[in-house]
Amino acid sequence: MSVQLNGIAASAGIAISKAFRLETPDLTVVKKTVENVEEELQVFDSALEKSKSELEVIKEKTKNDLGEDHAEIFSAHLLVLSDPELVDTIRQKVKDDKVNSSFALKEVSDTFITMFENMDNEYMKERAADIRDVSQRLLAHILGKPIVSLAELNEEVILIADDLTPSDTAQLNKDFVKAFVTDIGGRTSHSAIMARSMEIPAVVGTKSVTKSGEQGMQVIVDGLEGNVIIDPTEEELAEYRQKLADYEEKKKEWAKLVHEPSKSKDGQLVELVANIGTPNDLEGVINNGAEGVGLYRTEFLYMGRDELPTEEEQYEAYKKVVQNLDGKPVVIRTLDIGGDKELPYLDLPKEMNPFLGFRAIRLCLEKDDMFRTQLRALLRASVFGNLKIMFPMIATLDEFRQAKAILEEEKKKLQEDGKDVSDSIEIGIMVEIPSTAVMAPQFAKEVDFFSIGTNDLIQYTLAADRMNEQVSYLYQPYNPAILRLVKMVIDASHAEGKWTGMCGEMAGDELAIPLLLGLGLDEFSMSATSVLPARSQISQMTKSEAKEVAEKALLLNTADEVKELVEKSFL
Amino acid sequence: MAEKNFTITAETGIHARPATQLVNKAGQYESEVSLAYNGKSVNLKSIMGVMSLGVGQGAEVTIKAEGPDAEEAIQGLDEIMKQGLAE
Repeated sequence: MSVQLNGIAASAGIAISKAFRLETPDLTVVKKTVENVEEELQVFDSALEKSKSELEVIKEKTKNDLGEDHAEIFSAHLLVLSDPELVDTIRQKVKDDKVNSSFALKEVSDTFITMFENMDNEYMKERAADIRDVSQRLLAHILGKPIVSLAELNEEVILIADDLTPSDTAQLNKDFVKAFVTDIGGRTSHSAIMARSMEIPAVVGTKSVTKSGEQGMQVIVDGLEGNVIIDPTEEELAEYRQKLADYEEKKKEWAKLVHEPSKSKDGQLVELVANIGTPNDLEGVINNGAEGVGLYRTEFLYMGRDELPTEEEQYEAYKKVVQNLDGKPVVIRTLDIGGDKELPYLDLPKEMNPFLGFRAIRLCLEKDDMFRTQLRALLRASVFGNLKIMFPMIATLDEFRQAKAILEEEKKKLQEDGKDVSDSIEIGIMVEIPSTAVMAPQFAKEVDFFSIGTNDLIQYTLAADRMNEQVSYLYQPYNPAILRLVKMVIDASHAEGKWTGMCGEMAGDELAIPLLLGLGLDEFSMSATSVLPARSQISQMTKSEAKEVAEKALLLNTADEVKELVEKSFL
Repeated sequence: MAEKNFTITAETGIHARPATQLVNKAGQYESEVSLAYNGKSVNLKSIMGVMSLGVGQGAEVTIKAEGPDAEEAIQGLDEIMKQGLAE
């Protein structure tokens, strides 16, 4: 009997292959008395060496694939393995107590883990996880049950795991890993983002895939709908083989559009651009024919590390993206941290309502040293192409004016120092707070562009925390209230001869695209892999019919009515 | 024996990257090197020891070295400290 699971469609595509369970081997430790201490110490030393060389390999691979920043964590892991407080204490324990080294390791590492976990500093608490990770690796080698290395896979598989850690994803080989399925995680979890940038299908958050998926069983992963079938029946296999073939066929059709403009049947041109997180995503942007970058989330430069990135590091990253896009627009969003995204090293106080709290531009205006560093890096990178700067979470005109004034100050300073800065940088804002959408006509006089961040705009408009599953029914992109706000913003920008883009999930949504085209949206920013399907969709409709439908939708009563109307009219 | 006092100026204190640099440097010397802060002293060759002190901005710390290359050790570590970490 096949088992059907449903999760979150984290990365598009369909795959059928054998299950490969990624699991931690049983690392239970039993206390034993050892007779031959020297021999036991040799076992320990050789495990230590193996762990170190393994980490060196992972570190190198990470550095090459994901960049220096992401590799740093492994330098820290290596240093733990050279720590005399850990290594010498274990050796001493083996000698003095005549115990096995795995037991000694467990005792010593647990002491450190507990110590770090009990510190009243978020950053230090997270270090406990690092020590645990490193100790597990070492322990596995002592016990002779090394943790399966994903780098060593040599046949096509579908990876099944509770969750994938950064060290797992860093080792994924696209040639063999055809898809992955996890128990936990959401669309924006680390593994989901990685899957999209590697363009392999993924379904996350299935809650129970590790319970039903046995090693070697056949698995179907449908990353379009979020479905997973374990041990499928012949009928199911036939159905999905067909679906896979259709999808491949569609992909071929889409591929023909790589160098085409994004144009509706009646000649309306729009811009289809991509959301990126790091310069490593550029390949996907170019391969999928995006006409630029509509949202470069600079948070990733700040995350997964222990201190703020320097001006130089940021400059290099921005420069690389702008240069590679070769004159195409690149909208770079200044640091948007806070809410669900934390930076442990800033040690910000815990908040009751982080989404309504000290985050994004609010934080940057307060910690303006950090903000200025980023702005200087952006300004310096502006001479290499078409760079635009966007401020997140703007709620009032004052905030925009303050941010812009700081930018102007830094620009002047750079020019005084004889540095080149582009003279034509467009400066825009994210519209994700209802007050800003309502005041769009005033903002439009001062900003160069708007980009609507729908994920937040929806949660703030319907007052529904998007991390709270119990109110997830209120996350309604098609609610007429949202459509009306979007229309206000677009109309306001056009009245001043400016443009409006959208960079939330909604911009790449098949059902929303006709409405947005109809409302006059100029720029749609989405996952790179959604660009070609969207271009194909737009090429098959006319702006005039989209406009008619959008106008009707604005007058409807509920999100469901809107959905129904679009489905009836276009799909 | 040699020792030197510092005041931490880095906004994030002695967190991982600076801690890594200090520990790596300390490991190059034969002498025993320690870091003292707030009445506690740890082995400066131990990353976990250093991190466990939780040294923040403004902290007054002392580095001590004892052994054949104590002077060089203090000098070497002083260089690392002066790279934006302390004064």
